[in-house]
Amino acid sequence: MRKLALLFLFSFLAIQLKAQEYTGGIEMATGMRSSGKIYVVVATIAIIFVGLVWYLITLDKRISNIEKKVK
Amino acid sequence: MKNNWWKALAIVLVFYSIVGGLLFYVPAKPILNETIRNLYFHVPMWFSMIILFLISVINSIKYLRSNNENHDLKAVENVNVGMIFGVLGLLTGMIWAKYTWGEAWSNDPKQNGAAIAMLIYAAYILLRNSIDEEQKRARISAIYNIFAFPIMIVLLFILPRMTDSLHPGNGGNPGFNAYDLDASMRYVFYPACIGWILFSVWMVQLRYRIRKINNLTTN
Repeated sequence: MRKLALLFLFSFLAIQLKAQEYTGGIEMATGMRSSGKIYVVVATIAIIFVGLVWYLITLDKRISNIEKKVK
Repeated sequence: MKNNWWKALAIVLVFYSIVGGLLFYVPAKPILNETIRNLYFHVPMWFSMIILFLISVINSIKYLRSNNENHDLKAVENVNVGMIFGVLGLLTGMIWAKYTWGEAWSNDPKQNGAAIAMLIYAAYILLRNSIDEEQKRARISAIYNIFAFPIMIVLLFILPRMTDSLHPGNGGNPGFNAYDLDASMRYVFYPACIGWILFSVWMVQLRYRIRKINNLTTN
């Protein structure tokens, strides 16, 4: 099952990102400042999602502990 | 970890859909512009809701066949979490409609149908809360649930297609059919749907386990 899941995940690596446009040697906005700073928004949403997931995982563990105690 | 791999998969897929959904290439379309990316976030809310309601109705049927209380608990928790996803779907749809259709609520058949479907399931929760006796509550709400599910399907997928609807994929509007064929969007859209469905099932599982503990400690 785990192998199947891995295969499934790696199949998405096949996606091709759009190539960056040529800027003619002049230094342009790079990293987090490029593409209209959309990466900042991506980072923000990613952090929020990771935080919520972390919350859900700790909740899951706590419930598991209580389940063990009750049984 | 052996039994929790699907939770990890849910996290990975949703995380991937957030990053990929915001950054990967999407076709440029008039009016839609970048809001075409809402496909990755708004639509999986509804798919998750429908899957949860489907699991719920299956458990209701199982309850009627077995009289096992666990099936009843699963049925109600699936509806509870499904409602959250339905409300999120309605709200995200309204924001999108405001900037593409011009009006947050234009009494479109799809919007009205979704709202009525939400009310039907709100009535399911109300019905449960109004019956004190446990077995009676479980049986009556299970039967109600079996009627609610097909009505929800008709309201969301059949009636909007029989008239004119602004919503993509409905009525005289070819909508997303053309964009769905865009292979680059499928790479994000399908993982997003699977990820959110698994994520919602995880939320149901947590609520179900809390309910089980609650029952064990109060009995």
